[in-house]
Amino acid sequence: MIARRKTMRQIVLLKDIPDLTEIKVDSETRAPRVEGVKRRISDLDKRALEAAIRLKEAVGGEILALSMGDDKTRTAMLEALAMGADAAYVVDDPGFRGLDTNATSIVLEAAIRKIGGYDLIVSGEMTLDSLSSQVGPRLAELLDLPQLTYVKAVSAGGGKVKAVRDLEDADEVAEAALPALITVVREINEPRIPSLMNIMKAKRKPQSVWTAQDLGLDPAGVQAMSHVKVLGVTAPKVERKQIRLEADTVGEAAAKLVEHLVGEGVIR
Amino acid sequence: MKFLVYSEDPEVGAQLTGRARALADQTGGEVIALTTGEPALCFKYGADRVVKVDGLGEFAVEPYKAAAVQAVEAVNPDVVLIGATRRGKELAPRLAAALKVGSMTECTSVDVVDGRVVVERLTYGGSTIARETCTSSPTVLSVPPRTYEKPEASDRAGEVMELKVIAPEPRVKVLERRSKPKASADLESASIIVSAGRGFKAKEDLRLLKELAEALGAQMGCTRPISADLGWMDQWVGISGKKVKPSLYVACGISGTIQHVAGIRDSQIIVSVNSDESAGIHGISDYSIVGDVYVVLPALVKALRGRA
Repeated sequence: MIARRKTMRQIVLLKDIPDLTEIKVDSETRAPRVEGVKRRISDLDKRALEAAIRLKEAVGGEILALSMGDDKTRTAMLEALAMGADAAYVVDDPGFRGLDTNATSIVLEAAIRKIGGYDLIVSGEMTLDSLSSQVGPRLAELLDLPQLTYVKAVSAGGGKVKAVRDLEDADEVAEAALPALITVVREINEPRIPSLMNIMKAKRKPQSVWTAQDLGLDPAGVQAMSHVKVLGVTAPKVERKQIRLEADTVGEAAAKLVEHLVGEGVIR
Repeated sequence: MKFLVYSEDPEVGAQLTGRARALADQTGGEVIALTTGEPALCFKYGADRVVKVDGLGEFAVEPYKAAAVQAVEAVNPDVVLIGATRRGKELAPRLAAALKVGSMTECTSVDVVDGRVVVERLTYGGSTIARETCTSSPTVLSVPPRTYEKPEASDRAGEVMELKVIAPEPRVKVLERRSKPKASADLESASIIVSAGRGFKAKEDLRLLKELAEALGAQMGCTRPISADLGWMDQWVGISGKKVKPSLYVACGISGTIQHVAGIRDSQIIVSVNSDESAGIHGISDYSIVGDVYVVLPALVKALRGRA
């Protein structure tokens, strides 16, 4: 047995996404207006970071936040540093805009290999803008790591990670030797709100920005591996009846509702 | 177009085989099912050929990915359809990464338009629908359970190809499996659902919901805060929880966040009960009563019981 070092080096994958509550829909085109909407770290990714912080509190080590984005992403990373990440890395290259999950994973793989020496990679089960759930498992494949997805409780020790996975029909308790990758679900924790002092301190923590060249990647080659093309995005028009049942008494309103539901054939 | 279909859940496998059959007929193509189970079932729901794999044991992502990679290499499909169960959703991207190809997750529709595959899927927390296509071959798609109906059984038969898979031992060791209560597992196939939100002030008050559920013969669901934050109920309805498509969904004391609404969008009829006149849920409902759940629910139970 090779003795493992006691502390854990974790890489947390973070994505800053448009604040979903502030996205308005163009009434003409039904397209969402994302431009200019403030970006925040995806909620599930914050929970991934919180999980990493709690693991660090238990077993020690360091937490490195990794993201791909632009100059605004560096601002978003300050929140991660304030919460408890020790350093942040942002991959920012104009040649990397609009990549699909295949190409994104290839870029992040290069960044993770450059960081090196990790024990655990932690990410959200999906990002809430693209809802793709792909980057975690893709990175596990590219980096040849065991993956534990849909994790709602996690612990680490003795060179292993142990997790409770939330599957449809069962909670599965499973473990894997480190290094490994986990993706977390919402139930895992409530992310902390950083104190004012930690927000101030975050500005002094190290942030690195890496370009394609830093990662030894050719942007054109990466773009060629981006296969998924978005043809259009629209907000579906709500075509519900929107009938408000009003009556003098609640009993009458309830009776009217029952009558409608029978008429719709949804109750007998 | 040539389709390769796999799901560890035979029901979902049948649904996807049926969809692939329709698209293969449209494009003059072929449907190949990958299974660890009974090939006859695959033929019954529309497969032309079956790739049969033995000895993989319980689903684990690494050996099943290895099998899927070998199946893709053996049959060279244009599209790989995988059931978007949680197990399927960890398999599909890992397979796509191994093949270095594009993949689309949780497609709510799959079509072939002008010779290319075009899918629809939810984005931005479920508030928008994206239409996407993919230039790689194959393209790996995951499709949620019950997106397509299971087709009529046919008496089709065809060639079975036994695939000898060189699969790695899973590096993830399962220590324990705790089954979830059946009722909550069935929420996604329930035909009537009554659901609770923050309009309920205490856990005991959920008996009002239970009474309504009994009067309607409904399953009970709830919003994320009721389950994840308060722990009053087991599983919630929404984009991050259960996506449901009942004939009747009754939202009780639910405000109607994007997350929740995306999970109930496919309901045939949505009813809302909320005392806040401006609650978003009313705008996406077929019928709404502006009123307190503590008053409206007992009245509704009475009205339903009164008919009998």
